[in-house]
Amino acid sequence: MSGVFSPTRAKIKERTLRTDKYWLQPAITFGVLFSFVIYATFRAFEGANYYKDHLISPFYSPCLSKACVPEATIFGWTPVSAEIFNFALSPALIILIFPLGFRMTCYYYRKAYYRAFWMSPPACAVAEPHTKYTGETRAPLILQNGHRWFFYAGLVFNIILTYDAIISFKSVEGEWGHMSVGSLVLVLSSTMLWLYSLSCHTCRHTLGGRLKHFSKHPVRYKLWSWVSVLNHSHPQFAWYSLAAVAFADIYVRQVASGAWTNFYFF
Amino acid sequence: MARKLKLRIWRGDSTNGALQDVVVDANEGEVVLDVIHRVQATQMGDLAVRWNCKAGKCGSCSMEINGKPRLACMTQVSAYGDDETITVTPLRAFPVIKDLVTDVSFNYRKAMEIPSYSHPANLKPGEARMEQIDVERSQEFRKCIECFLCQDTCHVIRDHEENKKSFAGPRFFIRIAELDMHPLDTLKNRKKTAQEEHGLGMCNITKCCTEVCPEHIRITDNAIIPMKERVVDEKYDPVRWLGSKIRKREGIV
Repeated sequence: MSGVFSPTRAKIKERTLRTDKYWLQPAITFGVLFSFVIYATFRAFEGANYYKDHLISPFYSPCLSKACVPEATIFGWTPVSAEIFNFALSPALIILIFPLGFRMTCYYYRKAYYRAFWMSPPACAVAEPHTKYTGETRAPLILQNGHRWFFYAGLVFNIILTYDAIISFKSVEGEWGHMSVGSLVLVLSSTMLWLYSLSCHTCRHTLGGRLKHFSKHPVRYKLWSWVSVLNHSHPQFAWYSLAAVAFADIYVRQVASGAWTNFYFF
Repeated sequence: MARKLKLRIWRGDSTNGALQDVVVDANEGEVVLDVIHRVQATQMGDLAVRWNCKAGKCGSCSMEINGKPRLACMTQVSAYGDDETITVTPLRAFPVIKDLVTDVSFNYRKAMEIPSYSHPANLKPGEARMEQIDVERSQEFRKCIECFLCQDTCHVIRDHEENKKSFAGPRFFIRIAELDMHPLDTLKNRKKTAQEEHGLGMCNITKCCTEVCPEHIRITDNAIIPMKERVVDEKYDPVRWLGSKIRKREGIV
């Protein structure tokens, strides 16, 4: 017997005496994240319906595979083969490790999925079901310490997705100065991704958190102060950006498949 | 106006114990500690409860109220419905002594394991100068009242007694962060010992410590995660490691 049932502790047979709905938040987190994983997996393997008239899905950008629709590539650059070991490789599978890795190692998502999926713990002061616990000291969880590398990769992705949002202000014929619903969807998606990245704890640390003397680095102190404000809302940005990216992909897929028409405001 | 409050209080010691039901008067504006004192005065004369300031500043009356680690002196009775039974137990992460009193000496042992502030050798008493923006991060951590609610709720030791040997807990991670961020502290190996001796790597960021802190210290965001990032700087970032070797930097200034 360990944990709250250890011999020296108060003899209480319940795993928790909480009377509130402590299970609700992890249950919602589980439902939303699981749904996203199922959808993202389906889309990653689909390999189609990711480009239409200057709209490219964030799941497929940057499109680096020789299998990519030429208009979806960055200046025609396709360094990756379309198949590996005779297995047709969807362009999304090549790149999704980076945004996936960024979210998997994110300090906020760690809290969310450790609670919702691994029940370690399911909620505060609710006994977890595991008999042993070593935290993030051993493989594979020690790899969580690589969060900053995914953060840096995420910044590159944000630049590319911002570029995608900008070119969505072209008409079907390729003329600049037009705006459609798709433009707004991609702008919203890239904006949320920037807010999510810039509010990240690693960003906060890199910009100034690692300093011992703020007074000797006034610019970095100011940047750290701004990011600290954003950092308060990092969990919200994590969810908003996830929803915005998923919706952007759904929108582009529907437009590309012909199910929806991309309405142009002007 | 007084109301009849239904309480379930855990009574016992390290060998045995059980929850006991009582009904007690509760007046408007009273906190849980008030009604526990009334129970002690009228129904359970030998009920053991630790308390001191009744103002949320001494950290003595830590207990679990309806399963949540809280200060009894800062928990309003009016927060609970008229028909609700309030269950009060001792902290469940520490050995119980009697009734609502636990043995929190684990925390004092851990406190002794943290190396104290190390003053620069070249500064005589009275010569130390610090700017406000250099110390304000550490000042947040000085608000800690050592109620040990964060330690109680941390699943690393709450659910795994065996981890107490190698894990200092959130209260002491803010102590380490306070010193590591101190502009004049000269001890070089705080990050290394935080990870290797005090178990920083065992924390999986579930933020329960922050949720229960009565001083609203952002333990996870402002102390534990920054310390984890500082450890990454030293142990898991080959680029920074290489940079430190090439430029022979003593550390971040």
